[in-house]
Formats: sequence, structure tokens, C-alpha cells
Amino acid sequence: MNDTIVAISTPISVGAISIIRVSGDDSINIVNKVFKGKDLNTVNSHTINYGHIIDKDKIIDEVLVSIMKAPKTFTKEDIVEINCHGGIATTNKILEILLNNGCRLAEPGEFTKRAFLNGRIDLVEAESVMDLINSKTELTRKMAINGVEGKISNLIKELRQSIIEILANIEVNIDYPEYEDAIIITNNILEEKLTYIKSEINKILEKSENTKIYKDGIKIGIFGKPNVGKSSILNALLEEDKAIVTDIEGTTRDVVEGTFILNGISINIIDTAGIRKTDDIVEKIGVEKSKKIIDEVDLIIVVLNNNEELSNDDKEILEQTKNKNRIIVINKNDLERKLDIKYLKDENVITSNTLNDNGLNELKDKIIELFNIGNIEEKDLTYLSSARSISLLKKCVEIINEIDISILNDIPVDMIQIDLKNIWDILGEIIGESYSDELIDQLFTQFCLGK
Amino acid sequence: MNYEIIVVGAGHAGCEAALASARKGHKTLLVTGNINNVASMPCNPSIGGSAKGIVVREIDALGGQMGKTADKTHIQIKMLNSSKGPAVRSLRAQGDKVTYPKEMLKELQNQENLDVLEAIVEDLIVENNKIGGIVLEDGTKITSNIVILTTGTYLKSDILVGDTRTRKGPNDEKPSLYLSDNLKKLGFDIIRLKTGTPPRLDRHTIDYTKTRREDGDSTPWTFSFDNEPLYDIEKQEPCYLIYTNENTHNIIMENLNKSSMYGGYVEGVGPRYCPSIEDKVVRFSDKDRHQLFLEPESLYYDDIYLQGFSTSMPYDVQEKMVHSLEGLENVKILKYAYAIEYDAINPLQMNASLESKIIENLYTAGQINGTSGYEEAAAQGLIAGINAALKLEEKEPLILKRNEAYIGVLIDDLVTKGTMEPYRLLTSRAEFRLLLRHDNADLRLRRYGYEVGLIDNERYTKLVDKENKINKLTIFLQENKVTPTKQINEYLENLNSAKLKDGITLYDLLKRPEIKITNICELFDIDYSNEILEQVEINIKYEGYIKKTIREAEKMLNLENKKIPENLDYSEIPNLASEAREKLIKVKPTSIGQAARISGVNPSDISIIMVYLKKKGC
Repeated sequence: MNDTIVAISTPISVGAISIIRVSGDDSINIVNKVFKGKDLNTVNSHTINYGHIIDKDKIIDEVLVSIMKAPKTFTKEDIVEINCHGGIATTNKILEILLNNGCRLAEPGEFTKRAFLNGRIDLVEAESVMDLINSKTELTRKMAINGVEGKISNLIKELRQSIIEILANIEVNIDYPEYEDAIIITNNILEEKLTYIKSEINKILEKSENTKIYKDGIKIGIFGKPNVGKSSILNALLEEDKAIVTDIEGTTRDVVEGTFILNGISINIIDTAGIRKTDDIVEKIGVEKSKKIIDEVDLIIVVLNNNEELSNDDKEILEQTKNKNRIIVINKNDLERKLDIKYLKDENVITSNTLNDNGLNELKDKIIELFNIGNIEEKDLTYLSSARSISLLKKCVEIINEIDISILNDIPVDMIQIDLKNIWDILGEIIGESYSDELIDQLFTQFCLGK
Repeated sequence: MNYEIIVVGAGHAGCEAALASARKGHKTLLVTGNINNVASMPCNPSIGGSAKGIVVREIDALGGQMGKTADKTHIQIKMLNSSKGPAVRSLRAQGDKVTYPKEMLKELQNQENLDVLEAIVEDLIVENNKIGGIVLEDGTKITSNIVILTTGTYLKSDILVGDTRTRKGPNDEKPSLYLSDNLKKLGFDIIRLKTGTPPRLDRHTIDYTKTRREDGDSTPWTFSFDNEPLYDIEKQEPCYLIYTNENTHNIIMENLNKSSMYGGYVEGVGPRYCPSIEDKVVRFSDKDRHQLFLEPESLYYDDIYLQGFSTSMPYDVQEKMVHSLEGLENVKILKYAYAIEYDAINPLQMNASLESKIIENLYTAGQINGTSGYEEAAAQGLIAGINAALKLEEKEPLILKRNEAYIGVLIDDLVTKGTMEPYRLLTSRAEFRLLLRHDNADLRLRRYGYEVGLIDNERYTKLVDKENKINKLTIFLQENKVTPTKQINEYLENLNSAKLKDGITLYDLLKRPEIKITNICELFDIDYSNEILEQVEINIKYEGYIKKTIREAEKMLNLENKKIPENLDYSEIPNLASEAREKLIKVKPTSIGQAARISGVNPSDISIIMVYLKKKGC
């Protein structure tokens, strides 16, 4: 009996179609849970089925699902392949949904390994399978380091440390019941600690900035006086990718928003056309609105006119956005320079004329550089590890919710400890740290025990 | 002289091994350096304790002796963790250091097929890497098919006090001077370990008014599944609690360099769970006091064991340290504390059957395998005895799994992970401890005891009867419903339990935290013994967690069932990480599951082995 594994089996890029492959006893069942269309449990083997992938009733993508039942499949297990529309965001979203519904992310080379172990591949291929596992493991290791690097990894380490201290304390309560220096961990104390752990996990989830970019894309706000060329910049960015420009209903009908794809990342761009000082009411609304946008976006493009001196409006915009990630486009460079650029030292500056091709590419490159989304093909692994981390972190939250119920049911601490230990193990899995005697080491470091 | 099985050393491991082998009908010789020291307790006077108490129950379930002798002789007993969940409850008794060994010796002497010989063993007869018997100090040879070494801490043991080092065993016994060197010559990897023991005090010179009294339980308990309580609950001996103080700590710090440990006179590795008092004071310098227990060693002499105060300071410093303790100002020290260093063999050289990988038909058990504790020793002794006998009978060895017994955890840890310090069982070492409970040791293991021939028909029938009753009561609770009558709802209200709106099964009713199985018995006039009720209640109340644990255990068993052939040559397997390769060659795991537990062996290594085995057609 093998668990059910999933992986994206096409290189992730902006490409048109991605294939997600699921293999294992439960594969049809799991995909069926998130599929709107025919009942996949009843369709014939080796058929392709049209439908939608849904997440809590929300349609995620229009897909074709191939059902291949064991044993006539690559792994000799039940296999489901989901053909979905390309693009990192959608593909990863579907992957994430499958992970949340009981699939496990496949290890490197695992499909091939299963194919081999189940007798699907002949002996000659065995060596290459081993090489594959070996080389991919190296890659995984790098991927783990890339994926949840720095800050997040440290946060998880800290969290694990505080969990292991609780675990060690519970163990000491059990193994040395007469030892007075350790507080007795009761369900009440545990509840308090769990609230803390949960909020920490949520914090980590939030801080997975990297992932947020892949999942939610990047939000950009364009700021500048009227007629400085914002709209043409916006249109240049949007039109090229045939994105839709929509008018957002609002009090002043002054915000235009559109989306385009850059290196597979969805970029949401907002034009704050009407934000300027006119009459009092609009000023008030405008200022509030622009503040809100400044808070929300990941990047700000400030457009200035090369042919004018810096106005008070310009200064105000620069002042308001000074703490944000920003790119300054100095437009109308065909006209005489009147702008005093000494204010713009140490800024990301692009000089252009209503964003011609050169300027457009320079701007895109700048965005790519700022968000580190170049070489997306290579980086897809980074996202995979983040998707895995996120699904594991969510599992932790789920377990904590279960613990809350156990506490209500008066389940003894030494049993709840099983769940807590599980959370600790999962966190260790995320950062690639698990060492079986760690708990026992902690026990003797933290407490002074002995006969 | 010829025997089928020779057991060398009559400590807790040796006694169990010899009894198991003889009870299984094999002509057995037990050799001990001093017949008056059979099953002695050179350190702590207690038997059982957290995890260890469950081991004693497991020994009893399998047909071993320790629990029965402890029941006969202890002077105090209590259930630890009785306020916690059922998985972590465990019995601890204060043994009597005079009567326990005496009773055990009687048991040995009355055992058919078993001879006891007082002698020192210095060498083994080995031919073609197969054991042939033993050689005594005077050169006498005794032949046998199998030898079980249970030599405890006696291999080249040194007693350390301050800067002095004396080659002798515990209690001034003669050590075995050459055996460990001879084992080394045979190819065994010898490790050096250290442990220690605290001073013993004259009970009449303690000021008990300055101590806190700690009594045994007022509920009767037995380790053995076959014994009724044999002791007078009212006449248990108390223990006493005292504390170290600032003055004690100052004395220790001032004299630190005089201790064997801090003076640099120790080479062996001591256990972290049993630090000396100087270790505690140094490592936890923020603590202004440490707990100490005064434990009686026997009804028949005056020694009080000062638990928590093991030290290797010279005698004059020990005097000062002890007299600084409240209640012990005028105490008379009867025996000084000491540290002991001894040789042990690296347990990675043992199979899970406890037969050595180097010499066929040579088994080892107890402290020689790097463990510490009477219970850990007895458990290994029993398994070595059983497996030695099974080998003679040409049957498969009894290997308990990690989800079946603490004994399984203990032996698997030893032969898979090895140990760098004297190994002690802890509940935290058992990943499936919810299954390994005090209360169900018989249900887990008696059948094995019966199959190997150490549990007789009468006791086996009793087990089957118990199992049947548990099933019957469980089915009754599943099949019978309780309806929301006025009487029922009033009863529930009295227990602060929510009223019923619809009928529910008794099974579901029992899941309510405030409902006890005794309540249901009362309502429905159900009559079962307490041990049946206890099992059913635990199974139902903690069903969710038990199921979760069983699922985890199944995952492990799945890997456990993927066997690795004994002669697998790891140097032939391409792509294995070199650390993993090294460890695998040393441990020679028997299954993929065991291989995965070796530290330094990564999941990718496991994949590579699986693919390799498949290729080889295994």
C-alpha cells in the first residue's frame, strides 16, 4: 500500500498547458473530490474527462483529466493527470489543493522509482534511476535551502525550539514525576502555548513573501500628475500582453486596474489617475485612496515629467512613497530637461519617452530584478518547496485545531503530546531538520535530572 | 562437564536468562563470582519506575521472574503518574536488598535443569567463530553449545574516588580482569562507560523532623499478572525528601578539582540521566537547591540510600557535603559514594535476538551491552535466554517490535543506534507508547510467552478468557442504546453531563469525558472485573489517539516487512552516501525499516537500497 503522490510534470513556465500527475491508491478519489464534472470514480480507464478544478466551490481552472487505472500505467498504480492552463499561479494553486486533500508531494524521481519497484521499468534502467534519485536529492537539498531561506527558516527554528521545550517538559513530567523544578504542563497551560504556536505559524505563513508573489502576483501602483504619461505607460504594459483594462467603479471613477503576466508572475497594475489636488472633497477622497493604494501595493512607479520642474504635487508623491519599493520613470526625455534630478539619487530611475520599447524593457527588467523573478524555470523548484511548506504549515494549524477539541474532551496531556510532537516533526520536515534523539538531548539539557 | 547453555554472571540479566533457558528444558549452568551476590542491587534500591515498571510487567507477561520476586519482597510500592493518562502509568517499588537476592537465589536453586557455580570466567572457547564453552580463572574448561554473557559492570571495572582508582567491582567484589581483552581479541569493539552511586547513611542518625515523608500508595498493586498483593499496605516503609543548600553547593565548588570527574581521572562516558551532584551544581548553577531522596535499602540493615547525591569526591569532602544537608548534620556515613568505570561491548555488534554478529551462539545481555538499570538488564536476559533456547530448538528467535513492547524499543535502539552512554529506557524513547501500557502488557505479550513455552496452559487460558470478556463487553456497548428517558437524563444531569435528545449507543455515551464506565455499569447492571472494565474504558475513551498510533505503527511495520538479506554487500551499491554506507556495514540492518532508523542514513539512501534490492531480485 503506497500513499498517493503528486507533482507538476511539465516544466513550469508561462507555457500554455501544464500537466499535474497524481499516482497512488487514492489518486482518483482525491482528484474527484476537487473535480466538477463527471464522477471520476465511475468513468472508464484511459479516458479524458472535461471539467473544472474547484476549491471550496470556487472554480480554479478549466481542465482535462486523464484517468488511468492500474496496472496499465507508468507506475502500475492508479494515475490521474490533470491538464490545466499554464502559468505558475494556476498550476501551483491546483497542486496546493491536491496537497490539502491528501496527496503528498512526490520526492525527486519518485514516479520513476515506483515504476521500477512495481516492475514497470526493466533492469537496464535501474542504474539510471539510482543516478536520478541521487542527483535530484542534491537539487532538493538546494531547493530546501532556497525555498524557505533566511528569515522564515529561522522563524521555524525558533518555533521548533519553543515546542521542543514544552515537549521536553511534558516528558520530564512523565519520566521524572517527582522532579519538582519542572512545572507540570496541564491542558490549561498547553492551551495557552498552543495559541502562541498557532499565531507564530500564521505569522510564518504570512511572511512567506516569496510564495505570496508566486501565488498572488505583484501589485504595482502608478503615481504621477495628470498628463505625465501614466496611461500610456499602463497601456504599454497591458496591451502587449493583451490584458484587460477595466474601469473600477468608485466614487470618482478614477482608478484603472489591469493585469499582465511577467515571467509567469501575474502583475496587477493600478493607475491612480485622478489623485490630485482639485476641489476639497476629491482631495480628501484622493488622499485617502492613494494612501490605501500605497499601503497595498508591492511596488510603486512614480512618473515625472522631464520637461518640468519638480512640482509640489510631485514632491508630495515622492514624500508619501519614500519608504516603499519604487521605480521612478522620467518621461518625455525628448524634451528639454528641466527636472532637478538631484532629489533622485539612489533611486531606480528609468528615462524614457512615453515608454518606447527600450524603456518598456528596461522597466520590466527592473521589476524582474527587484522581485528576483528572473530564471523562472529554475526557480519553479523554489516555489514547489514553498507550496510544500505552506501545505505542511496548514497541516500544523489543522492539528492544533484538533488539539483544541481534545482539550475540550479532557484528553490527557501525554496523548496530546503525540499531536504536538507531530507538529514539531512537520516543522522539522519543512526546514529539513529532524534527528530522532533531539528530544532526549533536550530533556537532559533543559532539566537537571538524576539519581 | 558439558551444558547446553552457560550463563556468565548472575545479576538481573543472568538470572532471567538462566531461568528462561532451564524452564524451557535446557541443561543450564549459571556462573557467578559470588553466590551471595546473586541478583544484587548495587545501586538504587528501587525496582520499576517510569517506563521501567512497564518493562517489569512485560517480563512477567513473557514468563520472566523479576516481577514475581519483587512482589514478594518489596517494602513500598506506588503507581507513578496515576493522575496522568493510562499510557504513562508505571509501578515503582522499593525493593529489599536482602530479601530480593535471597528469594531469587532460592528460585535458581529450586529450578530444574539449572546448576549454579561460583567461579570467575576469564576466557571463552571459540572455534571457527563459534562458541564452545568457557574457561575459568583456574584454567578449567566447561563446554556448551551456547554462552550468554551477562557480566554487568565487572569487566575491568575501576572504582573511582577522588584521585584514586582501584580495580574492583561494586561492593568490593572481584572484577573480571581478562574477559574484555579476550573479547577484543575475538573482534569485539569495546567501549568504556561510567556510572556512579551515592553514599549510604545510618538510618538511626537522621533527623527526620527536617525531612518530608513520602509514603507508598494505599491501593494494592502487583507487578505480576499472576500474583495477588502479598504485602501489608499499612506496613510499607516510607522514603523521605530533603534538599541541598547553598552551603552544600559551596563545598562542592570549592573542592571540584578533587572529584574524579573534574580532576580529569575519568575516561568513561557517564549517563546524562544520572549526573553526579557536582555535575548538577556546575551545569545548573542557577538552581539554589536540588532534591534528594532518602530511601531505605532493606528491613534487615540500617543503610539509607541518598538518591540524587552520587559523587566521586574523596571521603573527607563527602563527609562535609553530606553533613551540610539539613537533617543529616550528624549523620553517620556507612558507605561512601563512588564512580565506577567498566568495559562494555558496542551493542551494534549484536543482532536483535541478542546473539552476537561476530561469534555464533554467543549472546550478551545487560550492562555488558551498554545499558543501565536492573529492569533493562532483566529484560535483555530474558530475551537472550529465550532466544538461546530457541536457537537450540532450531526455531526463529523472538524479536519484539517497537509497537509491541518497551523491550522491543530497548533492543532495537541498542542494535540499531548503539549507545555512547549507559542506556536507560525512557517513555519518550517509545514512539508508540500509547500502545505500550502498564495495563495491557499481558494482552500484548502473554501469547508470545505461551508460544515459547514459559507461560503454562492455566495462565494462557486466563488470558484468552480476559480477551473474550473484553470483546463481549465492547460489543455489548456498541449494540445497546440508551434512550432519553427521564431517569437517564436525571442521572446524566447529576454527573454534569448534557441531557440526551436522541438515543445513543452506550459506546458513544462512554466517550463523554465526564462519564466513567462504572456509571454505565451502574445504570445497566453490568458486572465485569475491574481489569476488564479498565481495558474497555481505555479503548473507547482514547480510541482516536489509539487509532492514530496504530496507523503510525502500521507505517513502520510496512517498512519493517521489507527485509534486507543478511549478506548484502553495501560496498557494491552505487551512489550510497559514504556516511550511510559506513553505518549500514556496521549495523547490518535486517529490514528497510531498521535501516531508516539509523542516524546518518537518509531517505535517498533508503530509496537507493530499495532499487538495488529490486534489481537483485530480492
